[in-house]
Amino acid sequence: MADVNAVAEEMYKLVAEFFGKKNLKAGDLTKAMIEKFGADCTKTDCKLAIRQLMESGRCVYSYFGGSYITLPHKEGAAPE
Amino acid sequence: MADDQKPKTKLLDELEKGPWPSFVKEIKQAGEKSPVCDDLLGQLELSYEEKKGHWKHGGIVGVLGYGGGVIGRYSDLPDKFPNVAHFHTMRVNQPAGWFYTSDAIRTLCDIWERHGSGLTNMHGSTGDIIFLGTKTSELEPAFKELTEAGFDLGGSGSAMRTPSCCVGPARCEWSCYDTLKTCDDLTRQYQDEMHRPPFPYKFKIKCSGCPNDCVASIARADLSIIGTWKDDIRQDDAAVAQYARAGLDIRKDVCDRCPTRCMEWDGQKLAINNRECVHCMHCINVMPKALRPGQERGATLLIGSKAPIVQGALLSSVLVPFVPENELMDTLKELIRRIWEFWDEYGNNRERVGELIQRVGMANFLDAIGLDPAPEMVAAPRDNPYIFFQKEEAAAEPEPAGA
Ligand code: SF4
Ligand code: SF4
Repeated sequence: MADVNAVAEEMYKLVAEFFGKKNLKAGDLTKAMIEKFGADCTKTDCKLAIRQLMESGRCVYSYFGGSYITLPHKEGAAPE
Repeated sequence: MADDQKPKTKLLDELEKGPWPSFVKEIKQAGEKSPVCDDLLGQLELSYEEKKGHWKHGGIVGVLGYGGGVIGRYSDLPDKFPNVAHFHTMRVNQPAGWFYTSDAIRTLCDIWERHGSGLTNMHGSTGDIIFLGTKTSELEPAFKELTEAGFDLGGSGSAMRTPSCCVGPARCEWSCYDTLKTCDDLTRQYQDEMHRPPFPYKFKIKCSGCPNDCVASIARADLSIIGTWKDDIRQDDAAVAQYARAGLDIRKDVCDRCPTRCMEWDGQKLAINNRECVHCMHCINVMPKALRPGQERGATLLIGSKAPIVQGALLSSVLVPFVPENELMDTLKELIRRIWEFWDEYGNNRERVGELIQRVGMANFLDAIGLDPAPEMVAAPRDNPYIFFQKEEAAAEPEPAGA
């Protein structure tokens, strides 16, 4: 089992790196983490890491036809 | 709003005419309490005039920690219709079988009048209670009150959607398994997948107690759970005779409409060849006092249906022909795990599981989730059959007599 905090941190870095450039899905983050941490990192670890990122408010979900994980930002469509 | 300030809705007013229910009438009525409704009607009237929608959909609105249950919507004319500048929808997980006390309904409506437009849609096509129209700042307070009242948000986006079920054994004697319990167990089991969208696209589960399929699971669910029986239809001959005496034409209205013609009526006795019965429910629906599903009950599990969105509509295909009721939940959990594993790995973005199966082929899908093909999976034999003979088989073929 990988350290969930460490997985969450790496996920956050990836989301920040791609912010505004590419929409990442939960599955993309999970695959990237399993590649990075190796067999030690399970899908359950990734699930817990995503949950941690969401409940802390560091990341949010966005919906554009499908659900993606991104950084909190001002909604483009929202009126001033 | 004073009457002379109400929006002019010449086109929408047409939809109030006639004897049927009218959403325009309902929204106008709700407008007596909520100013949101006038702007909603005003914007809709404009859309009808211009033949153009004025909603912007999607975005990042939601409640903390959840990726589902809120559908963001904004007006693209916020200055003209400020009360619907934000008009988000909340999806609330309905109780299994849609059973409410009147107190519960009042609680829900009161919460929505405090935090939203007061307009509801009972229920959306997935089954949830739909709260229509609120602004971003009201989402968390509404969610707080909902959870305090024992409700939770349902699924939306690329998530497991709120499972739904027919009324099942609570009201219907034909139910072949406990749809309410199964639906509730599935909802509790997959909370994480409902609230934090993990999939390539949406995944719906619907539970129908018998092949009448009152929740249309065969057309609307990625995983359909349809109750059925394995033994013979239970038959009460005296009640059959009673139907005949009351004027039912059993030959014409029952036997001739049996899809496999496995029933016979000689004017005295109804005979059913149960081996040929495909459990369509027709005869049971026509003579409910005389015929009933058998006693060896369980469910058929089917995969892959969907309404048209990215691609066209699909109907479900049989995956497991029969699971006894007492093994249902364990079988479902294992099967769902294997399906999700495969879909996660190979599904394209916004590809439903039924579309993935079409792309890779059912044989490969079955192989991947470890199921053997079974004859019940074949909906109909292909109409252009061909057979490949191996050379040695052809050589061993005996010459037809007289050739
Ligand atoms: S699906 Fe069957 S069991 Fe469920 S309510 Fe309809 S008729 Fe009854
Ligand atoms: S359930 Fe349908 S297939 Fe079976 S005997 Fe009745 S009508 Fe025929």
